[in-house]
Amino acid sequence: MSEATDMHREFKYIGQRTIRPDGYDKVTGRANYGADLALPGMVWGKVLRSPHAHAKIVSINTSKAEAHPDVLAVATFADFPGGSHPAVHDLARNILAEDKALYHGHAVAAVAARSARVAEEALALIEVKYKPLKPVLKVEDAMQEGSPLLHEDMFTEGYEKKPSKPSNIATRAEMKIGDVAAGFAEADIVVERDFYTPTAHQGYIEPHACTVRYDEDGQSMVWCCTQGHFDVRASTAKILGMELGALKVVPSEIGGGFGGKTTIYLEPVALVLSKKSGRPVKMVMDRDEVFIATGPTSAAKLWAKVGAKKDGTITAMEGRIAFEAGAFKGSPMMPGVMAMFTPYDCPNIRVEGFDVVVNKSKVAAYRAPGAPQSEFAAEMVVNELAEKLGMDPIDLRLKNAAKEGTQTIYGPKLKRVGLVECLEAAKNSPHYQSALQQGGGRSVAAGFWFNIGGQSSVTINMNPDGTGTIVEGSPDIGGSRASMQMMAAEELGIPLNNLKPIIADTENVAVSQGTGGSRTTFATGMATIEAARNVVQQFKERAAALWNVTPDQVNYADGVAKNTAGEDQLTVAEICKNAEKTGGQISGQGNLNARGAGPSFAVHVCDVAVDQDTGKVDVLRYTAIQDAGKAIHPGYVEGQYQGGAVQGIGWALNEEYVFSDQGVMENPGFLDYRIPLASDLPMIETVLVEVPNAFHPYGVRGVGETGIIPPLAAVGYAVGSAIGAKVEELPCSPPRVLSLIQASA
Amino acid sequence: MLAASGAEPDPGERLMATVVFSSELQQLTGEASAQVDASDYRGLVAQLVGRYAKLDQQALMAMAVAIDGEIVHDPLLEPVSADSEVHFLYKISGG
Repeated sequence: MSEATDMHREFKYIGQRTIRPDGYDKVTGRANYGADLALPGMVWGKVLRSPHAHAKIVSINTSKAEAHPDVLAVATFADFPGGSHPAVHDLARNILAEDKALYHGHAVAAVAARSARVAEEALALIEVKYKPLKPVLKVEDAMQEGSPLLHEDMFTEGYEKKPSKPSNIATRAEMKIGDVAAGFAEADIVVERDFYTPTAHQGYIEPHACTVRYDEDGQSMVWCCTQGHFDVRASTAKILGMELGALKVVPSEIGGGFGGKTTIYLEPVALVLSKKSGRPVKMVMDRDEVFIATGPTSAAKLWAKVGAKKDGTITAMEGRIAFEAGAFKGSPMMPGVMAMFTPYDCPNIRVEGFDVVVNKSKVAAYRAPGAPQSEFAAEMVVNELAEKLGMDPIDLRLKNAAKEGTQTIYGPKLKRVGLVECLEAAKNSPHYQSALQQGGGRSVAAGFWFNIGGQSSVTINMNPDGTGTIVEGSPDIGGSRASMQMMAAEELGIPLNNLKPIIADTENVAVSQGTGGSRTTFATGMATIEAARNVVQQFKERAAALWNVTPDQVNYADGVAKNTAGEDQLTVAEICKNAEKTGGQISGQGNLNARGAGPSFAVHVCDVAVDQDTGKVDVLRYTAIQDAGKAIHPGYVEGQYQGGAVQGIGWALNEEYVFSDQGVMENPGFLDYRIPLASDLPMIETVLVEVPNAFHPYGVRGVGETGIIPPLAAVGYAVGSAIGAKVEELPCSPPRVLSLIQASA
Repeated sequence: MLAASGAEPDPGERLMATVVFSSELQQLTGEASAQVDASDYRGLVAQLVGRYAKLDQQALMAMAVAIDGEIVHDPLLEPVSADSEVHFLYKISGG
């Protein structure tokens, strides 16, 4: 595809702060979430979870539970007909353990009973014999030879020769450009340091929930909160050996996901219980289940090294990152490797990565998966380099910033990107120009995320009165209904409120990938524009038919078709009213696999104050600057910047899983796993930079991911500056900061 | 038709797409790049697999690709121009 952006187009709706079409339902409580559906005859499902972090399952005896008069069904891994299929084996045995419990809270069996209380009680009737094994909880321990093995059949991939012994290291990867040794030899100054980032959860407010009905006639239904209902259908059907067409998945509204709802935990179990009981089944996780049994993001051990000449020219960058995958392979190590040094135009880069299994819950995606950890290490050493060089950290970045033509470590040269513009906006921001509070710490950090395209399907159905429905397959997490409405209205030239955007289930729109990777406004937006342009073409054809001219003799603009061969004109309402006489109702289609996603760069500025007696950190001022390409709805874009920043600040300051020596998570609730509250933080200031992505008709780049990347280093280095120490471990929680203060005193 | 990247171009020879291998793929190809005469991605992969025995067709087809800087996740039928630069990429998802 050639470059597609019309740089000179003037927009009517794009760039406006329109009213969200789903707002009333959400503020009045009418919106229906995952736990809100009840069906006649419905029963409740509950999950029995392993008390051990690592144990062989010797036997499972369900007979006593099955004999309970109010228990209607019991499920184990053996009830998954497709559970051993290679494509879903790990997923299936994460949903229900097969022969080993691999983390504390790993699901082992489930029951369906007439009430949630009875289901909970009946779990105690299931007899599981375990042979406890020594757990391995830290990535550095799991990588040691002789460490307890989670999977006896796992051999490290990524070496030319297959290793002779099994290992907890699932994959080793390496990417490089140039000659790193030569680059460091050129350097006048070299900075290197080890870092650690903890296991952190997405912290979505709505727990996982579903209501299902199994139907022997091939009309089974799943209602659930998810970022991608087509993915739920594909995985669930594979595990249960069902055809895709036999399963309808209906996405509820979603109370946050941030990547954590791109996989499944309950749906196949609920369908097994429904099939066995002959009843609809509802399952809702408790908060502690969400923490112990759903995917957080990887804890990571990181090492970064940077070398530069005295004038600030970076000559070499090197990294080594080891990511915890949890119980099954598949951490976001690879994007971490690819993204680590991408904000820099450096000729010599090498990064080595390891994907390592440990006895913790299997990790799931979390905003820009892999990038916050690896870029944290990179940005910390770049800040330290600036300090040692006596250079302004933004000037150092401007001198070495990635730009159009920069060779990436992962392959292509960058097309036009907006990092330089972000750095200049940061430098000129009121925040950076202001004086820092005495005793405080200030820092900056950059961030990069690839963004993705992928499959999206949209249908626009016009009604006889000229109104229409936009039918999309991407769950609305961050305001995609509004952006689809705006893009369709822009193309059709009709009032926004004449178009109603809806999220259709898997039977009512063609396959669409999930909402994630910052793809929806970009890719589903392209599908919407394509569908709308298809509608416009039909408007022209129908008007032409009424005027007995050819479609190319019809001009269409601002919702009115004009006959260039005469004086006639028709509004959309008039064309649609006559549709039955000109070939039937008008419906436009936009099914595509979008490519050409444009990366988004960000730069954040952070001021902190640290209580020297307690180690408590207060964020005094925070500014997030990011390239949106083109902000369809600036208010939503700012919300993404602010949300990403706040989640990153939480990760930097307080959020971490705390485990006992036996691998039991000790803080599975929001009282002890502390995400930032509104009262903890100042208003996050935002600056929208718009450097268009040439491959999108309006120039859109995804914006949801990048904002979580810079805060880890922006906060971490600011804290270090405030206390005169080097932060190497996150979070900068009061005990950790206090110990740094005491150590440096 | 394939030619090693360092070969002197024949003035009469037609232009070919350049495939640039990542450091990981270079372990399998032993070369940093290759010239490939193909009109689409499918043909390009077929030629590469024919030349480099260690390259796995299925693995390549599962990768994303950047053609002249535009990243495509499912490139099976993607056209490749005679002067294109092609990179194989790990397929990124997201959160």
